[in-house]
Amino acid sequence: MAIRRILIANRGEIAVRIIRTCRKLDIETVLAVSEADRDSLAATQADRTVCIGPARSSDSYLKADTIVQAALGTKADAIHPGYGFLSERPALAQLCEASGVVFIGPTAVQIESVADKVRARAEATSAGVPVAPGATVTCIAEAMAAGREIGTPLLVKAASGGGGRGMKRVDRLEELPAAMELAAVEAQAAFGDARVFLERYIASARHVEVQVLGDGRGRVNHLGERDCSVQRRYQKLLEESPAIGLSDDCRRRLHEAAVRFAGRLSYRGAGTVEFLVDQQRDSFYFLEMNARIQVEHPVTEAVTGFDLIAEQIAIASGAGLSFVQSDVEIKGCAIECRVNAEDPDNHFAPSPGIAREVSWPSGDGIRVDTHIVAGSRIPPFYDSLLGKVIAHGRDRKSTLERLRSAIAAVRIVGVKTNLSFHAMLLADAEFQAGGVDTGFVERLLARGQSSPRCAHG
Amino acid sequence: MTLTAADVAEILRLVEDSNFDELSLEFEGLKLSFRRGERQAEQQTVAAALPVTAVPASAGAAPATAATADLHSQAVISPMLGTFYRAPKPGAPPFVTVGAAVEEDSIVGIIEVMKLMNTVRAQVRGTVAEVLVTDGALVEYGEILLRVRRAV
Repeated sequence: MAIRRILIANRGEIAVRIIRTCRKLDIETVLAVSEADRDSLAATQADRTVCIGPARSSDSYLKADTIVQAALGTKADAIHPGYGFLSERPALAQLCEASGVVFIGPTAVQIESVADKVRARAEATSAGVPVAPGATVTCIAEAMAAGREIGTPLLVKAASGGGGRGMKRVDRLEELPAAMELAAVEAQAAFGDARVFLERYIASARHVEVQVLGDGRGRVNHLGERDCSVQRRYQKLLEESPAIGLSDDCRRRLHEAAVRFAGRLSYRGAGTVEFLVDQQRDSFYFLEMNARIQVEHPVTEAVTGFDLIAEQIAIASGAGLSFVQSDVEIKGCAIECRVNAEDPDNHFAPSPGIAREVSWPSGDGIRVDTHIVAGSRIPPFYDSLLGKVIAHGRDRKSTLERLRSAIAAVRIVGVKTNLSFHAMLLADAEFQAGGVDTGFVERLLARGQSSPRCAHG
Repeated sequence: MTLTAADVAEILRLVEDSNFDELSLEFEGLKLSFRRGERQAEQQTVAAALPVTAVPASAGAAPATAATADLHSQAVISPMLGTFYRAPKPGAPPFVTVGAAVEEDSIVGIIEVMKLMNTVRAQVRGTVAEVLVTDGALVEYGEILLRVRRAV
């Protein structure tokens, strides 16, 4: 079915990003906004804006029935959910399926099978994709037995969690009963699902994920991998493609595992299969699959030349994949910094407000995805992402140079930003050498505290 | 005396940048007061405390929003996005027409959201002065449905 008008059920930079591709494809856009986003940059760019509710996301961006009603009422053919909000809630996909509106994403069933981490682990095992040693547990006695077998350190994870939410680390078996009870209570409160499972904690690992695109009929291609090891409390801060320092064999096995996993589901649309890579052992474990476009998709676009939003729309319209695997070629290196409104000097606390002066860099190999211009409000209701600065170059060294000058050129007055953190990160020798693990940011910040504080720009 | 959306935005900005936690303004027939509570509630508190329910004008081509507020009339604002119906069922007479007297709890329309019917009440006592939305139209959250001339 031809898609001529898309309702965008999201906000911020991703709404701007989706509008950009829609314009290129000559597709009309209807932007669903909360009251706080009526005057956002995306609202000025969309062909039409409809207000779906008050600022609080639970009363606006998270209301699946209102979103679908808005699509029907504005005669939109399809809904693009972006990331976050309703993008991975089976409810929206289901409602779309029932209402004859195209959901630009996987089927509700596919979302369900990856949203449940216990089920996703089982799917991975069936697809011959390695998972970290672990077990589903329903009571303390079971957990203790499984914990002894897996060994410590281990993680208690929420079955409905993801992205690091609902996780507890256990270093000694005696701590397991308390951690499990706490995790179950938290999981119930956060996800309405108290089920938990145990998994071995991989102390020194890299977070590497593979971008896939599936046509929903069993064909799945990959667009290479991204290294997202630079994280603080499971929040990604910088991503790059390709992942430096992996053996060719390891890289190939990662790609194949991701394609096998998504292929088994006959996955439809864009998705990301996340892995933990244990570099010493040259092995990797399945972490989870994200059934949506991701924040860090631009690094993949930079090195492959594909427009992932356009691919999503093409797949949703039934056109299938526009390419075969051998068409995919990784050119050079791309790195992205997430610029957030948060205060690095105060535990990265969110810093909402008004960005009075804003200047983003431009130039060869520099891309900026943002919704922040001078005068933009950063409401306290949503995430603190201000924009993404992406550099692309022929190799990692030249890309890093580009990115360093680009980050130095960003000017945002009015809210606190994590730009000083990025400057410190990009200047760090360990990071420059490449291949850092997920514990790197914590070490970097500890190092920064013992030396004189760097100047803020 | 009118209060534009820009005026309200300006007042909000002043308060936001100030150290004050409470503000109370009073001039002929208009009382504006708000309190800085938990940050999350700021926006809503403000909207609820405004007797003239001024909605910030959208940058896009949004339907009638309250750019100015007549002190003698009150706008009935749509509490949600959905399909607005003026009558309880097709062919039936509308709940209200211009000139009709309404009480606070009088039903003035129905908004359908995915087959769920929600009644909209006048929330003001007076006479319907204007109906701005046609039957079966998509209404947005915050859109003005009708104006009621307040009973004095």
